[in-house]
Amino acid sequence: MWQDREPPPPALAAWRHLEHGFDAAFGAALSPLRHLGSLGFLVFWLLAVSGIYVYAVIDTSVAGAYASIVDLGRHQPWAGGVLRSLHRYAADAFVILLAAHLGREWLLRHYRGARRHAWLTGVPTIALVFISAIGGFWLHWDQLAQYSAIATAEWLDALPLLATPLARNFLTEGAVSDRLFSLFVFVHLGAPLLLLFTLWFHIQRLTRAAVWPPRALSLGLLVTLLALALLQPVSSHAPANLATVPQALRLDWALLFIHPLAEATSPAAAWALVAALLALLSVLPFLPQPAPAPVAVVDPANCNGCRRCFVDCPFAAVTMAPHPNGKAGKQIAVVDADLCTACGICVGACPSSTPFRSAADLVTGIDLPAAPIGALRRDLQQQLATLKAPRPIVVFGCAQGAALAPLAGDDIARFSLECTGMLPPSFVEYALRDGAAGVLVSTCRPGGCEYRLGQQWTEQRLRGEREPHLRAEVPQHRLEVAWADAGESGEAGPLQAALRRLRQRVSQLEPSTDPLPKVHHV
Amino acid sequence: MSETTRPPKALSAGAWVAQGLLYALFAVVIGVFSQWPTYRHLATDQALIKVSFSHTGKPLGECRRLSEAELAKLPPNMRAPISCPRERSPVTVEVDIGGQPALRRTSAPSGLSRDGASAVYQRLVVPAGEQRIAVRLNDDARGTGFAYQREATVTLAPAQVLVIDFDATRGGITLQ
Repeated sequence: MWQDREPPPPALAAWRHLEHGFDAAFGAALSPLRHLGSLGFLVFWLLAVSGIYVYAVIDTSVAGAYASIVDLGRHQPWAGGVLRSLHRYAADAFVILLAAHLGREWLLRHYRGARRHAWLTGVPTIALVFISAIGGFWLHWDQLAQYSAIATAEWLDALPLLATPLARNFLTEGAVSDRLFSLFVFVHLGAPLLLLFTLWFHIQRLTRAAVWPPRALSLGLLVTLLALALLQPVSSHAPANLATVPQALRLDWALLFIHPLAEATSPAAAWALVAALLALLSVLPFLPQPAPAPVAVVDPANCNGCRRCFVDCPFAAVTMAPHPNGKAGKQIAVVDADLCTACGICVGACPSSTPFRSAADLVTGIDLPAAPIGALRRDLQQQLATLKAPRPIVVFGCAQGAALAPLAGDDIARFSLECTGMLPPSFVEYALRDGAAGVLVSTCRPGGCEYRLGQQWTEQRLRGEREPHLRAEVPQHRLEVAWADAGESGEAGPLQAALRRLRQRVSQLEPSTDPLPKVHHV
Repeated sequence: MSETTRPPKALSAGAWVAQGLLYALFAVVIGVFSQWPTYRHLATDQALIKVSFSHTGKPLGECRRLSEAELAKLPPNMRAPISCPRERSPVTVEVDIGGQPALRRTSAPSGLSRDGASAVYQRLVVPAGEQRIAVRLNDDARGTGFAYQREATVTLAPAQVLVIDFDATRGGITLQ
């Protein structure tokens, strides 16, 4: 029951290596690879702010657009020129962050079960981002805009939608009117509004969704994009001229790659590629998956309606309802099976999960049927009873994080939980009072929790900053926390290092000075 | 509470340098690929001919006068004496460049009743310089041959766009 999982597949292991490289430079808590979604939100707002200003000051007509944007850089070098460059580079950054976020979530298989909603609502954002970005180029009406507008029209004409080809709108100078320009504006403003709406849906089923990255990371990204805008301002091509084909375009490959792709293959092939990609992403959650673990179950007799599981659940799977015992104002937790990931964080949050309860069979208010908290207490008692080492150590780990099996020694009792957030802090004290000399809690690196908040809640509970908290009477020198992801169980890894530190400390303990009273088994 | 329950935060000098390099790499990737490599979708010695029209072909059948008996069967408000078929002829266009066939396209009329315009949009990349162009267009399925023809010798500059369109009010096939 408390065994390690299979090691991650090679692609995920390679991504973890990359993340750990970034962790070394930024620290795990501030690594951009662990905040890709919130960085995307930051860049979205940067695009909105810079875009609103630029839109307010430019002329959105066929005749005036080009001159007004060129003049922007001359007459308002800071508010106009730099913001324009920032707007473009932020769009590039958005696409890069989007691709990285999508790749990471795919590698972590975050398209299954309760995460299906976030995955499916994320798919349309890809299309909306590119529609918005490509439409933005047209508003300048330079040769790049001309190329992109015509290429887009020709691409759309490959679909049997319109009786008259859209590309006929760009045959001659006279064909492009201010009315058509209004359509450009509609595309460039309408798509981001739809995008915002989609992003709102995207995070609907997440508790405490991270929509703002840490301040240091925000600052780093803003300074980087600002420096780029200053060092390499975005420049205009020659004005659009429909009598000639634009030559030698400085193409933004991150945003406009679809045009050369359609030209190098065919419009139909490009459509097929886009449709296949979006279809693949959309059906991924519906492909056969391993059977999910049984979801959390509430026991009315042991649920006192304290709301801690409701507050701590990372996926908003727990709601509160009137308690069936009929007492006025009393509530009970209710688990939505469609949203529950069976992470066990609710079990760690439940005050009834304390192993010090005198019941022979520990039954808590909310529990995982596949790994009940009562079994954890029973197995902890049994393993501590069988350890013959003078200073036994109990290790609580995370099945998603570093494997515990490589921890060698006959002084160790190992318990790999679904998530360390499942561990009620009172189990640390219980282990110490039941014969353990020290307790090692192994959790994932900051920002690396498979269930989003388990690592964060575990730390806060152990520090006494979150309920249920570890009692202050527990000697801290007998507790060690390791932050170790999957694949970090080696001798040189943080898990083994933490174990060495703990062993070294407990080896100096004098049993007679232990202030904790022994626990009495029921 | 002990610091053992807080993840280590202090970064070494090397980490700060690496962080700066990673931010710089991010900026370089964006800065470079936002404008490089330059893209040229037409060679410097080529020009482009766009053959495009949106034109409604002639009716596919003749109009005919309804007999008194036929009119009597219709509701009073629909007793128009002349009945014309809605369906239009497909439009066929042929373009020869330098005496060689470059395009032949027959476009069906649009609409569920096939009574809308037929449309064509086709790009033809040609070498810049002098070109002899012949365009033929037929919009009547009941006739034979091409109702509209135009031949011209044009000199195309590199990257120039020549539009071959159809405008009945300007005499049919236009080159601009």
